Amino acid sequence: MADLRDLYQELILEHSKAPRNYRQLAGADHKAEGFNPLCGDHFTVYLKMDGDSIQDIAFQGSGCAISKASASMMTQSIKGKTKEQAKELFEHFHRTVTGTANGDGSDLGKLTVFAGVSEFPTRVKCATLAWHTLQAALEGSQESVSTE
Amino acid sequence: MTRVLSMASGSAQAALQETPSGFDVHRVRADFPILQRKVRGRDLVYLDNAATSQKPAAVIEAISRYYERDNSNIHRGVHYLAERATAEFEAARKTIQSFLNAARPEEIIFVRSATEAINLVAQTYGRAHLAAGDEVLITAMEHHSDIVPWQLLCEEKQARLRVAPINDAGELILEEFERLLSPRTKIVAVAHISNALGTINPLATMVRMAHDKGIPVLVDGAQAAPRLPVDVQELDCDFYAFSGHKAYGPTGIGVLYGKLALLEKMPPYQGGGDMISSVTFEKTTFNKVPHKFEAGTPDMAGAVGLRAALEYLNGLGLPNIVAHEHELLTYATDAISRIPGIRVIGTAREKAGVLSFVLDGVHPHDMGTILDQEGIAIRTGHHCAQPVMERFAVDATARASFGLYNTKEEIDALVRGIQKVKEVFA
Repeated sequence: MADLRDLYQELILEHSKAPRNYRQLAGADHKAEGFNPLCGDHFTVYLKMDGDSIQDIAFQGSGCAISKASASMMTQSIKGKTKEQAKELFEHFHRTVTGTANGDGSDLGKLTVFAGVSEFPTRVKCATLAWHTLQAALEGSQESVSTE
Repeated sequence: MTRVLSMASGSAQAALQETPSGFDVHRVRADFPILQRKVRGRDLVYLDNAATSQKPAAVIEAISRYYERDNSNIHRGVHYLAERATAEFEAARKTIQSFLNAARPEEIIFVRSATEAINLVAQTYGRAHLAAGDEVLITAMEHHSDIVPWQLLCEEKQARLRVAPINDAGELILEEFERLLSPRTKIVAVAHISNALGTINPLATMVRMAHDKGIPVLVDGAQAAPRLPVDVQELDCDFYAFSGHKAYGPTGIGVLYGKLALLEKMPPYQGGGDMISSVTFEKTTFNKVPHKFEAGTPDMAGAVGLRAALEYLNGLGLPNIVAHEHELLTYATDAISRIPGIRVIGTAREKAGVLSFVLDGVHPHDMGTILDQEGIAIRTGHHCAQPVMERFAVDATARASFGLYNTKEEIDALVRGIQKVKEVFA
């Protein structure tokens, strides 16, 4: 039987209560909104790009502990990465939370705390919402977003 | 003195008759095979009845029996089984007629669900009667299935969807409702019981207000059909929609009641077999009501299963079910409200067995997952009623909804489960 403690790891609970980079990003040049229409979770991810690399990232919105902690820890691990590295990290993260990763997940860093999500299939969408939103922001328009 | 005595004895006799006729929840539970199973190693505590109810063995057996003994296509063949299947299907229509106290069996139309019933009325009655600038009036507590069909219709007809507001308790503001009934209003659509808040709407008054202005009323009875005795003639509503699966019957079958005079004037919904009386390539003559609205082979086993479900409810007695669920709601509201950090969403004076709540600092989804580990099934999310969530400034709620087989012990388990949620998030 899946253990709740595998899902609600201390680090996840801590990030859900005090999310990092939780703000509107002044001077963001990429932005995307992500919704989970089934549960009402919604996040906005802001990016400031420097050529191909992510100079700064922030997010806002509301959702469950898993989705909020995932968004928070994503912003920490993605800052300074290139677009390509960010996409690779998402793919790896996705395999981990769906239980299809073969490796030890060592290069995921702190994000390995989300491995427990794979025991809770209904919560995979919570863990990946911010990442899908990031991907949309990376692929989105280069125009400056309104920061009013 | 004699008179007093005889009065006393008379009322005692009445009281005896009104005593719930042997409603024993533990005996009732034995009728539901799924309640015997374990979930995650624990006894299943099923508190998601507003989403769908579990099925008594009588329903499951009726469906099996239909397929094992009577299956054939209805209204078509002349052979024995065709006759049997048609008889079973039409018997189900009569059971539903009497369940709703409709005047005639032709007023009962089989559909897939309450959702389809509402879409049927929007696409037939609605399309025939709405013009640009007209209005459809709904309430702020509707389920998406009683919002979107009207939105689609209004968009097509350049008509306007008006929404009667609710107060902080989740009750309709009747004066506002009455004020919004205008000469442009062509139809009113309203939930009998709100799926997200549990509010029971004052339907009889609302119907009277609308009829005073000559406006027909559709009632979304998805939550009410298994929770209240429904008498469409007494309510005087023009349409009444409900789903089989929320009323302890099978999925895939639902009912639209409509007043015969209205149904007869309405254009058909879908085209196909059974809804015609003659077809040439030049012209089709439509079948009479209700068949005009039942194109294609219907869910015959579903109708048989629904009949078994309604007979089961009749056997227990709707008043007994109402009393039992009211007791559960009172007990649960009291127990849940005592938990520090809980806010109950929907505190209407007239309320059915639906209890929505939020817990400070914990998202309902996390609560749902932790309760699930205890074998407790509740619904978390927006309950297909996003405007209600917006009205109460929450993204989502946790919702425990009670059925005729739930017990106070299960509510105690829910309370213990919420304590566990608080421990995890402490």
